Amino acid sequence: MSMNENKEFRPLIVAFCCNWCSYAGADLAGTNRASYPADVKIIRVPCSCRVNPTFILRAFQRGADGVIMCGCHPGDCHYTSGNYYARRRMTMMFSMLDYLGIEKGRTRVEWVSAAEGAKFAATMNEFVETVTALGPNKRLEDLRCKEN
Amino acid sequence: MQRIGVFVCHCGTNIAGTVDVVAVADALRLEPGVVVSEEYQYMCSEAGQNKIKDAIKANGLTGIVVCSCSPRMHEATFRKTAAAAGINPYMVEIANIREQVSWIHKDKAEGTEKAIILGRAAIAKVHLNAPLHAGESPVTKRALVIGGGIAGIQTALDIAEAGFPVDIVEKNPTIGGKMTQIDKTFPTLDCAACILTPKMVDCAQNENIRIFAYSEVEAVSGFVGNFTAKIRKKARYVDEVKCTGCGLCTEKCPQKKIPNEFNLGMDNRRAVYIPFAQAVPKIATIDAEHCTMLKTGKCGVCSKVCTAGAIDYKQTDTIIEEQYGAIVVATGYNPINLDKFDEFAYSQSPDVVTSLEFERLTNAAGPTAGTLLRPSDGKHPHTLVFVQCVGSRCDAGAEKGKQYCSKICCMYTAKHAMLVREKYPDTEVYVFYIDVRTPGKNFDEFYRRAVEEYGVHYIKGMVGKVVPEADGTLTVQASDLIANEQLKISADMVVLAAAIEPDKSARPLATMLTASMDTNDFFTEAHPKLRPVESPTAGIFLSGACQGPKDIPETVSQASAAAAKVIGLLAKNSLKGNPCVASSNEAMCNGCSSCERVCPYGAISYEDKEFRMPDRTTQIRRVASVNPAVCQGCGACTVACPSGAMDLRGFTNRQIMAEVDAICR
Repeated sequence: MSMNENKEFRPLIVAFCCNWCSYAGADLAGTNRASYPADVKIIRVPCSCRVNPTFILRAFQRGADGVIMCGCHPGDCHYTSGNYYARRRMTMMFSMLDYLGIEKGRTRVEWVSAAEGAKFAATMNEFVETVTALGPNKRLEDLRCKEN
Repeated sequence: MQRIGVFVCHCGTNIAGTVDVVAVADALRLEPGVVVSEEYQYMCSEAGQNKIKDAIKANGLTGIVVCSCSPRMHEATFRKTAAAAGINPYMVEIANIREQVSWIHKDKAEGTEKAIILGRAAIAKVHLNAPLHAGESPVTKRALVIGGGIAGIQTALDIAEAGFPVDIVEKNPTIGGKMTQIDKTFPTLDCAACILTPKMVDCAQNENIRIFAYSEVEAVSGFVGNFTAKIRKKARYVDEVKCTGCGLCTEKCPQKKIPNEFNLGMDNRRAVYIPFAQAVPKIATIDAEHCTMLKTGKCGVCSKVCTAGAIDYKQTDTIIEEQYGAIVVATGYNPINLDKFDEFAYSQSPDVVTSLEFERLTNAAGPTAGTLLRPSDGKHPHTLVFVQCVGSRCDAGAEKGKQYCSKICCMYTAKHAMLVREKYPDTEVYVFYIDVRTPGKNFDEFYRRAVEEYGVHYIKGMVGKVVPEADGTLTVQASDLIANEQLKISADMVVLAAAIEPDKSARPLATMLTASMDTNDFFTEAHPKLRPVESPTAGIFLSGACQGPKDIPETVSQASAAAAKVIGLLAKNSLKGNPCVASSNEAMCNGCSSCERVCPYGAISYEDKEFRMPDRTTQIRRVASVNPAVCQGCGACTVACPSGAMDLRGFTNRQIMAEVDAICR
């Protein structure tokens, strides 16, 4: 989360993107100059199934306002079945986070193929808008994690 | 503590235009462990790479962060640079500040801030990088070509010529593909069969080539250099060794009314058939669906007439399992189904045909022996209307058709129009088009000849409707966009240039090969410009129209290019694997099998190991062990592991966590 001079809220979004589809989709968004807010910071993982739920917990603890995980479309996983594991894990994780007070709007799983640059940008625009409307994540942010 | 060098690339103005690269380099210089932080115009250039090498040597760097374009573009380049300067190539991390920063964020302050954050994340990660060493695996020196059209044939011939064995798997009873159905080829008008059939024979005669016709690939496992494929050889009910291809059975079979696929259903074949005279292999096939003997057990005519005794009603499918080092996909294309385009009356009138059907109607080996006759009454047509872009270049929102240009239609329509006018100067030929696209050697000259020398009427505009009239003619309602008027043409035949789409077998095949496809089911290449014949999946190569619409010259060039890549691979004795694989910390593993259950490759096995305990006793425990040659590095096991023993090299829990922390700082 950051506040600029106008005290306008800008969310901090962490996006986990699989190397084969979504990260390439994000690259294609760049190649096509399809813009989305700079609030989104992408972490590259080999497959959506590499995303450990603790990474997401960590991000929220450290002050992320929203976390999105993107992978290959069901059936298109480079590793055959990784995105199915990811989908199940995230369904569990997100409902647990909801119980902890991290609204469902702050977490999302989206399938973006390497050919869907426009979809990547549209997804990010929409997600940033949703998280911005929810405001800063105060629920899970562990202030002890922060420097000063 | 690592000694880290940061190198920020301007990429000309691609990055420097919207990111303050100097500010990024300055900010990152303050990060812990950073010894040097420099920026340069083109880091990937020789001068840029030398800058990195010099900095490594001068400062004793142990880790490198390059802030540049996507790692998908130049990670390999910078890894080589690092290796050349004597540090492990896996000590390099890329911060993607072009595709994911400078190209999408127009505000320079915002872009610079994000670039610094991504740079910090890469630095945080590289602190935890460890040198990785790739294992080596042997290469099976045999290639598999899936699809026996001109693409597959050319690829197989080139590989075989280089001395490596190749297997062609073709789902039809003969190789040859679509090109066998084509009459003449643009822009030279030489006959397709005359240039294709010798190549088919070459395949059959080449001792390095095995042809599995009437066969399909059923399963593929393994990885580059070491694939295992299961091929189902469908039962022909004819002994391939005994059959001489004399064709007697195909003349005597009493089942005469089966639509002939080779002539697109415009004439009939028997239940036992050879697709066409030049088929390779020239072996009869019994169509089990229509054979009386196989259905009811009463007939056996073919068996009685076969002097070679080749008919075998008890034949069953056989499964062949073979090892391959490389796999080439050459599954080709098909014209789209025109059910949704009924405004052109394709289903209502036999005189409305697709271009491929027209190809058969003008072919000497076709149903009319090459004389152009109307399918409905067998009379000579006097007015022909060709409609281009039927299902090509459709609007994104449209529920029918394809958005892409099918690429070959402009040229083959010009060819058809020209051939008709040449053979039958008394005909009038109209071509309706959106644009005429002729980029290719001698292509535009060819099209101009159709217009200028052969007097074909080209009209810019689309056909709205084709109405079959009671007198057997077809009324074509169209607009002429240049004259800005509505036209009604009374035609004898209408030819539709149907869009082409990848073969239906491509999608399940892509899943089998874990090769990626675009939204139109064309295979995706590893890089659209620089690696056009390779799939992003190592060891899988692309040949022909399965990758995108292509004409014959382009298909043949791509087929040879794919062959060159395969030869390059098969020439190696061993391959370096991907060192970013999972590994289990045996001290933490309790042998629960969670990881084994999620591994899609069966890379995890268990072994009993002896551990020395703190009290000096020994204990035998079952622990997981990963086969690095089989592991592909997806990381599914790392999340499934309840004790945190399983980790993925290059993407360890700590590395990803460090990135999260750096971004959320």
